[in-house]
Amino acid sequence: MKRLGLIASVLASLHLLVLLAGFVAPYDPVEQTRTLPFAPPAHLHFVDSRGQFHLRPFVYALVPDSENFESYVEDTTQRFPVQFMVSGSAYNVLPGLESRLHLFGVHAPARVSLLGTDGLGRDVLSRLLHGGRMSIGAGLIATLCALLVGMGLGTLAGFFGGRVDAAVMRLADLFMAVPWLYLLFAVRAALPLHLDTRATFLLLVAVLGIVGWARPARMIRGIVLSARERTFVTAARGFGARAPYLLKRHIVPQTLGVVLTQAGLLVPQYILAEVTLSFLGLGVGEPTPSWGAMLGSLQQYSVLTSYWWMFTPAIALVAVAISYYALTSMVHERMRLAAS
Amino acid sequence: MTVVARRIASSIVMLFAVSVLSFGVLELAPGDFFIEMQIDAHVGSQTVEGLRTQYGLTQSPVVRYVQWLRSFVQGDLGFSLAHRAPVSTVIWTRAANTLLLTVPAMLVTWCLALPLGIWIARHRNRWVDRICGGVTSTLVALPDLLVALLLLLLALRTGLFPTGGMFSPDANELSVGSRLLDLGRHAFLPLCALIATTLPAVVRHVRASVIEAAEAPAVQAARAYGIARTRITSRYVLPLAANPLVSLAGLSIATLLSTSLLIEVVMSWPGLGPLLVEALLAKDVHVVLSASMLASALLVIGNLAADLALYAVDPRIRV
Repeated sequence: MKRLGLIASVLASLHLLVLLAGFVAPYDPVEQTRTLPFAPPAHLHFVDSRGQFHLRPFVYALVPDSENFESYVEDTTQRFPVQFMVSGSAYNVLPGLESRLHLFGVHAPARVSLLGTDGLGRDVLSRLLHGGRMSIGAGLIATLCALLVGMGLGTLAGFFGGRVDAAVMRLADLFMAVPWLYLLFAVRAALPLHLDTRATFLLLVAVLGIVGWARPARMIRGIVLSARERTFVTAARGFGARAPYLLKRHIVPQTLGVVLTQAGLLVPQYILAEVTLSFLGLGVGEPTPSWGAMLGSLQQYSVLTSYWWMFTPAIALVAVAISYYALTSMVHERMRLAAS
Repeated sequence: MTVVARRIASSIVMLFAVSVLSFGVLELAPGDFFIEMQIDAHVGSQTVEGLRTQYGLTQSPVVRYVQWLRSFVQGDLGFSLAHRAPVSTVIWTRAANTLLLTVPAMLVTWCLALPLGIWIARHRNRWVDRICGGVTSTLVALPDLLVALLLLLLALRTGLFPTGGMFSPDANELSVGSRLLDLGRHAFLPLCALIATTLPAVVRHVRASVIEAAEAPAVQAARAYGIARTRITSRYVLPLAANPLVSLAGLSIATLLSTSLLIEVVMSWPGLGPLLVEALLAKDVHVVLSASMLASALLVIGNLAADLALYAVDPRIRV
């Protein structure tokens, strides 16, 4: 019980962080600082160069190292204390509602990049948070699409049986006969290559949803098949209940458990699918951040071996996926206990 | 024999349906190879129209589908506009390279997973089981992409294994034996990635099926008779567990093909994966179509083989 609450709250706070990306992130995710490519994560200091202690952490401005190519040294002449609730770049809290308030920041010219910067000097933490919005959002909406289609067709097939069942299930077999990544590619090929970000995002989500309907449909069909033979359903039918009433009152509620656990498994899978597509350059493109697009820079061997902070989207991805799987298996376990 | 014939017939129908699906999906795509060419400002719209007529892209989709299907059945996979060559010259070597990864990966995975799963099942609820359960569930949650990237990083850092490609640049001058060795060294890393991503799930399934089979009345009776443990495992438990495992082997081909696609791109292995991504970006329709048909065919053949194997090992479904 306690562990369930813990994991649920971890998951909720991860989503909240990503939702409030504009506020938590210190910088605009597409703002470039060409003088600071691949700057390492900022060091938070408490003791300055003269050995004096400060309660408020501070950073130093980074300047290119004159002796080593592509590395930086801290300019210790001036301290830049980390400040909270500062005004910075504008972002939208909700569409149309603009704000400039950021959780933390430092005065220019210093920059506080807690997870370093990428090849164009963009703040990795800010991109990670904003990219999470893309990736997790795609996962959630695609799951909704797949479950809606899967639930509709699965219930139809299971409830009406006969030819409807045969037709829907053959279609499902067809979708499962193509390896999912190939299918994803084929459907992706049907979309125009060059689109603006919002359109790409929506189309991507639709593609993921369409590709994934077959598996949940098959599971829901199984549940519906056994549900419609339950004695109370037969009784209701005997009392003259029609299909819409039976579906709404007796059949669909029985499938909700499976739908819930399927959702818990599908969300991380779809986040991963978005990441895979964007990693290969077929999903969300530059300059908009998404976890896959960020990881895409690791395809260059030099980036892969030299800058560990470029792996942070993968770490975030694993954290989200593991929390989802853990939550799902616990919910599943509890439902099994409740049922027996 | 009729069962075999029926299964083969339904596989062919399935492949036909897949071809209609893929063709239809690609047909929905706005733009084609020549329209993508117009990104280059020197290419005028008249040139593009001329080329489209020349390659028959202005005909109706149904006509083109029938033409494509006719030549596909005859073994002509179409013409790759990007490679300026017949698709078959491009695709067979690539498909062979993909098989060079997936077949050994599948064999190694099952050779490792069976004994490991049986061993873990025997130590059920003991510390071996708990540790292996934790390790496998963590590995299942690790994205394939991350596993591939981490292995690549390891190889680049240590320099133990070559990265990228199938052969060293000077491989043509080597003898046959050392060429094979070179190939093996290049294949090692993608193979490791494939095995690492597929093994955990398979081990978990083997463990679950073996545990379920071990609780069957027949097995308990055999145990009560005092039959030796190894004999119980090989003669009683495994035949019972074979049914779900053979089906799983068939299904795991799909995952293996998808994972292989990704790993080939990350590790620059010249298989179907990189070919498909390039073709997608260039709207090279026939290559995309052939590659997804080929992958589906591999999958359908794998499932067919699994079904027939099931028919052979499990007498219960023969009635």
